[in-house]
This record gives sequence, structure tokens and C-alpha cells, in this order.
Amino acid sequence: MSATSYGWLVLAFPLVGMLICAFGYRRLPGHSAGWIGSLAILLSFVASILMLLELESRPEDQRELVDAAFTYVHSAGINVDVSILVDPLSVFMCLVVSGVSFLIHVYSVSYMDGDEGFVRYFAYLNYFVFSMLLLVLAANFVVLIVGWAFVGAASYLLISFWYRRTTATRAGIKAFVINVIGDVGLVIGAFLLFDATGELDFAGVFGAADNVFTTNDGPLVAACLMLLVGAFAKSAQLPLHTWLPDAMEGPTPVSSLIHAATMVTAGVYLIARTHRLFELAPLAADIGAIIGTATLLFAATVALVVTDLKRVIAYSTISQIGYMVLGVSAAAYGAGLFHLMTHAFFKALLFMGAGSVIGAMAGNQSLDRMGGFRKAMPFTFVTFTAGALALAGFPLFSGFFSKDEVLAYTLHRGGGFVALAVIGYLAAGLTAFYAFRMVFRVFFRAPVPEARALEHGHPRHGEPHNPTTGEPEDPHVGFDGTEHHNAESSWPMKAAMGPLAVLAVIGGYIGIPGLTDTLEHFLEPTFADSRFADSKPSDGAEYIGLGVGALIAITAIAAAALVFLRRRELRLVVRERFDAVHTLLFRKWYFDEAYNAAVVRPMAAFGRFARNVIETRFVQETIVGGAVGLVRAGSSVARSVQSGYLRAYAALLVVGVTALGVYFLITSAG
Amino acid sequence: MDVSWFLVLSAFIFGIGAAGVLSRRNPLVVLLCLELMLNGANLALVAFARMHGDGGGQIFALIVMVIAACEVAVGLGIIVAIFRRRLPVDVDELSDLRG
Repeated sequence: MSATSYGWLVLAFPLVGMLICAFGYRRLPGHSAGWIGSLAILLSFVASILMLLELESRPEDQRELVDAAFTYVHSAGINVDVSILVDPLSVFMCLVVSGVSFLIHVYSVSYMDGDEGFVRYFAYLNYFVFSMLLLVLAANFVVLIVGWAFVGAASYLLISFWYRRTTATRAGIKAFVINVIGDVGLVIGAFLLFDATGELDFAGVFGAADNVFTTNDGPLVAACLMLLVGAFAKSAQLPLHTWLPDAMEGPTPVSSLIHAATMVTAGVYLIARTHRLFELAPLAADIGAIIGTATLLFAATVALVVTDLKRVIAYSTISQIGYMVLGVSAAAYGAGLFHLMTHAFFKALLFMGAGSVIGAMAGNQSLDRMGGFRKAMPFTFVTFTAGALALAGFPLFSGFFSKDEVLAYTLHRGGGFVALAVIGYLAAGLTAFYAFRMVFRVFFRAPVPEARALEHGHPRHGEPHNPTTGEPEDPHVGFDGTEHHNAESSWPMKAAMGPLAVLAVIGGYIGIPGLTDTLEHFLEPTFADSRFADSKPSDGAEYIGLGVGALIAITAIAAAALVFLRRRELRLVVRERFDAVHTLLFRKWYFDEAYNAAVVRPMAAFGRFARNVIETRFVQETIVGGAVGLVRAGSSVARSVQSGYLRAYAALLVVGVTALGVYFLITSAG
Repeated sequence: MDVSWFLVLSAFIFGIGAAGVLSRRNPLVVLLCLELMLNGANLALVAFARMHGDGGGQIFALIVMVIAACEVAVGLGIIVAIFRRRLPVDVDELSDLRG
């Protein structure tokens, strides 16, 4: 079988799994839906591996295969096939997406146990994986946009999965609206490119772009900026990031899969996929790099003070995607995608660990209430710490290699990129600090009552309540149930977290500068046409970067240990001292408030105005009411003739006939 | 005799009938007046036939009589039905068709 046939199989398995779960909604007993969903993703992962092997067996210059299933549109100069592109980049994305998704499916079987929406959940999850794989395998902009919109829909469905929780449905709407802003940007960008090149296939657009556009051509920069809008909305970059922290209302495995490991990295994939356009429009690429840097610093500062465990990790995700965007915008494609992969491992792992802790806390997510889970949950403690070390960039853990490679490449570009790299190193310190703020506050210090109960083997199942507002909830359909699970007591969760922990530790070894560089070599065919392909930092420079990164990480972890373990009064002293800064960060730089004041409230007011004035007064009362009144008046005149008096009718007849007779008499006499 | 005498007489009969239809409220009398109007017209038709010396007008008159017979049959039937249902026998009271 050829690589593209495996590519179609990669797409087919999650689709079939989704259909089975969706139509077997009432018939699938117990956990079977979960295992069917997991099996579908496992088969998809196996097909991805076969696709990889098939691609590896081909010579390097023939590793870009396109295969069309059928013609979608073929008229008036528009040629669109439903086709997939199999090249190193898409195979790499398929492997990451299907591999991490499989582990998260397994984890979910336990986590969602006892939920009324168990089967629905797995139908959604398989649908998401199908959409994501469609997105990364697309060979033209149309299929890409379809996949792009599908993952947005899947994200909406899963964020508001507990649909009777108002905060969850609100978060879903928010995510969907901001994602649609991105969709519109992507569609406009694709249209601008089609307008200039007359092509929609990636190969055609990129091939024609070199001839059609000059460097920094106005239309090209506009198209690239529109693509960036799409990428930033999906990847939660400034200023379109506000939906991601709220998306944590969804079940924790969803946060882990969609809002950390896979979907939110679609923007990074898009920039990498269209890198030839961005290299022709360096202005747009520079804007991408600057916004990526601003985002990574901004999100890291917010993650320092937020107290909701899942939201800390969410801001950390925004920050880490900032690194990836910086990387791919600074032409460090291999490095950016390397960070995408390691981030998928350790961030999925961190969310799983958080899910386990939240299970033990009976749904409570506040860091202020947690503490001392180290003895109660040793497995979660070890895996979570491994993820935190990888996130912090601790030497020899996966994040260490990938993050520093991004920064080393950025430094190598010189000029203004040096400033961006310095900010990146600064934020790396903040990253290590907040990562260990979580570890120390959750697992160290005196155990809270929940941790003590767990140590004695009595996990607490508290009254269900909304983790955001604290309101009590009815545990029936549409809310998470009373049962909460943690990794210590269920093997599927352990089975998912174990491999991810191993990957979070060793995942970086495929990109040790000068030693392995496996990933970079593998991706080379895709990025061979890049004008920066030969401009690489020397191994020596990269090792210096690694040394600096290690120093920063260790210092920041030590600082976190000092503040959260040794001298805990220091935390309060600093907070009192910099009260204004703390409030600014705790309010997330007032982004939500600003958007509410600038967009949401004016729009709501305009909506009320439209309903009360335009619709009620103008449409209902004037247009509709006026038409009714006119017809009514006319018909009342017509009705008055129909008096019902026989003699009146007869008189009319006589008068009429007489008048006719007189008329004819007069005309004939004249 | 000049045809105009016949025409004047027929116009008088027609006018009397029309006045009766318009002024009387008893449906039976209205029907009678309708007959008067038809016969006024018949008289004119026959007079013209005589003036022209052919039978066309007379055939018309015969057809009008047949129509009149049918009309009376239907009209009387309706009036009998009204009696049977004990409705008021007055064309002004029977105004259910008012719009």
C-alpha cells in the first residue's frame, strides 16, 4: 500500500469510531464506547506509523505525495479536489495527534466513568480527532478550512459538554465566537491567495507565489496577516487568547487533548505549512514573531498568580504556544515543531495529573485548598513532577531541548530577534517558577483533609458543585457526576500517564544538537525550499543556549522552592508589596473586562436597540402592521358592498344595467 | 299597429316588475314580480318578431318561458324549504350572506 492509502486509513478509523459511538448511543453498554473510540484512534496511530515507514522508504526528494479521493469543484477556474497531502510535516502531525489522542482516550475511559454522557463524549472525541487529522492532512485550502472549522465545532461541543452548567455553555460560546473570527481570517486569507494566484492547492499556491509576488507585496502581506488571524484565534495568541482559559470548563481530558496538546497547535502548523508565503512576506512573519513573544511573556506572568489549577496550566499552554509561534515565525520550523511535540507530551501529562488531583479533591480546582498530596498520590506526584520539569526546561528533560532550540535559532537570526530571544529566556524563568509553584502547592506542605482521607484509602466524594462559582449542582444528566477518579485507583489513567511521563522525559532526545537531530532531518524535505534552510546556529552556540536555559530553570525552581516551601511568609510579603501588580496579573491584565466594555456590552446594547426599536417599532409595527392595516381597510370597503340584503343586490343590478343602457343610447345617438 | 305601442307596454310591465322586486319583502311576491319582468321582455321579443316577420324572436320568447319555469321551480323549492325550517319569510331577514 502506498503512503497516501495509509493516509486515508488514518482519517477513516476515527470517522468510523465516531459513527459507531454516535449511532450506537443507546445500545453501547458500560465502557464499550470508550474502548471502541480508543481502538479507532489506536488503529489510526498504527496507520500513521505505517505511513511514516512508507514515506521513509522513499528517496528524500520524493516525499511529498498528493492523492485525491474525488473532485469537489471543477468549474469556472476553480479546481478543488478532496485530497490529502502526505509529506514529513503532515506525517509528523498525524503521529503526534493520533498518539497523544490515543492515550487521552484511554485516560478518559476512567475519568468519564459513570458520567451520563459517556457515549456522547467518545463520539465527540473521535469526531475531534478526525477533524484534526483532516486539518493536518489537507492538500488544499478548502479541505484545510473544512478541518479547521470542524475542530472549532468539536471544541465547542466538548467545552460545553456539561451543558447544564451555565459557565460551561458560556465558555463554549466564547470559544466558538473567537474561533469563528479566526475562521473568517483564514477564509479571507485563502481568498486573497486564490485571487492572486488562481490556485487553491498548497503546491500550486506556493509555486505561483514566487512568480506572482515580490517580497513584502501588499496583497501577500495582507493574505499572510489574515492567515495569522486564523492561526492566532485557534492557537490562543494575543489578543484572541481569552477563550482558552475559559475552555477549562470542559472535562479535564478535553483540556488535555484539545486545549493543550493538539487543536491549539493548529496555528503553529498553519504557519509552518505556509512558510513559503511568510518568507516572501517577512513583515507578516516578524509581526507573528513579535506577537508570539508578547504572548509568551504575558501568559507566563498571568500563570504566576492564577489560583485555579487548570487555568494555571491553560495560561502555561498559551505561553508555550507563544514559543512555537515565535519559532516558526523566525524560520526555526524544525525547532518550533519539535517544541510542539514535546509540549504535547508534557502538557497532556500535566493536565492528566491535574485531573487526577481534581478527582481527589472531589471537583475542587483551587490551589489555595490543595496541599500535601505527595504521600496520598505518589504516582500522580512522580508523573506530574516529570511533566513540570519538562515544562520548566530542567536539564535533560524534553522541554529543555526544544525550548532552547527555538531560542537559539531566534538568537541566530540576529537584529531585533535578539530582543525577542532575551524575552523568551526571561519568560522561561517565569515558566519554571510557576510550574513548581503548582508542584509545591499541590504536593508538598501539610496534607489537606482530602489528602489525609486518600492516604487512608477513603477517597472523598463531595457534593457536586460548580468549580468556578461554587454553586451546588444536580449530578444528573448534563453535569459531571458524583464519582471522581484519580490516577492512583484506576489502571487506564495510569496506563495513559505512564507512557506520557516517559515521553516527557526522553522526548527531547530526538533533537539533541549535533548528536541526534532526528526530527530536524526528518522534516528537512518539507522545509528544504526555505531560504533559511542553511542558516543554522552552530552546535557550540546551541550548547551555550542550553547552558543558559539550564541555569535559568534551576535558579527559578530554587526560587520557587524558597518562596513556597522554605519561607512561605515571603509570598504574602511580595504580594502586599506589589499589590497593584498582583491585582493586574490576577485580573489577567483586564483583557476580559476590556473586551466586555469594548465589544460585548456595546454589541448587547445594540442588540437590545435592534430588538426594541428596529424590530418592534419598525418591522413589526410599521411594515408588518402597516401592510395588515392597508389590507384590512381595503377589504372593509369591499365588504360593505356585501350587505346581505337581496333587494340591495337587485337594485345595484338594475342601476348598473340601466346605466349601461343609457351609456349605449348616448354613444349611439352621438 | 306600430311596434312602439308594444314596446311601451313591455317597458311598463318590466318597470312594474322591477319596482316590485326592489320594494317587496315577501319572496313569493318577489318571484311574481320577476315573472312580470320576464314577460315584459317576452312581449318586446314577440313584438320585434312580428315587425321583422321572422320566427327568431318567438323562439327566444319560448326559451325565456322555459327558463322562467325552471326558475320558478327552483325559487318555489327554496321558499318551501324556508317555510319548513320555520325561518322568517322575508328577504330582508334572510341576510346570512352579509360580508
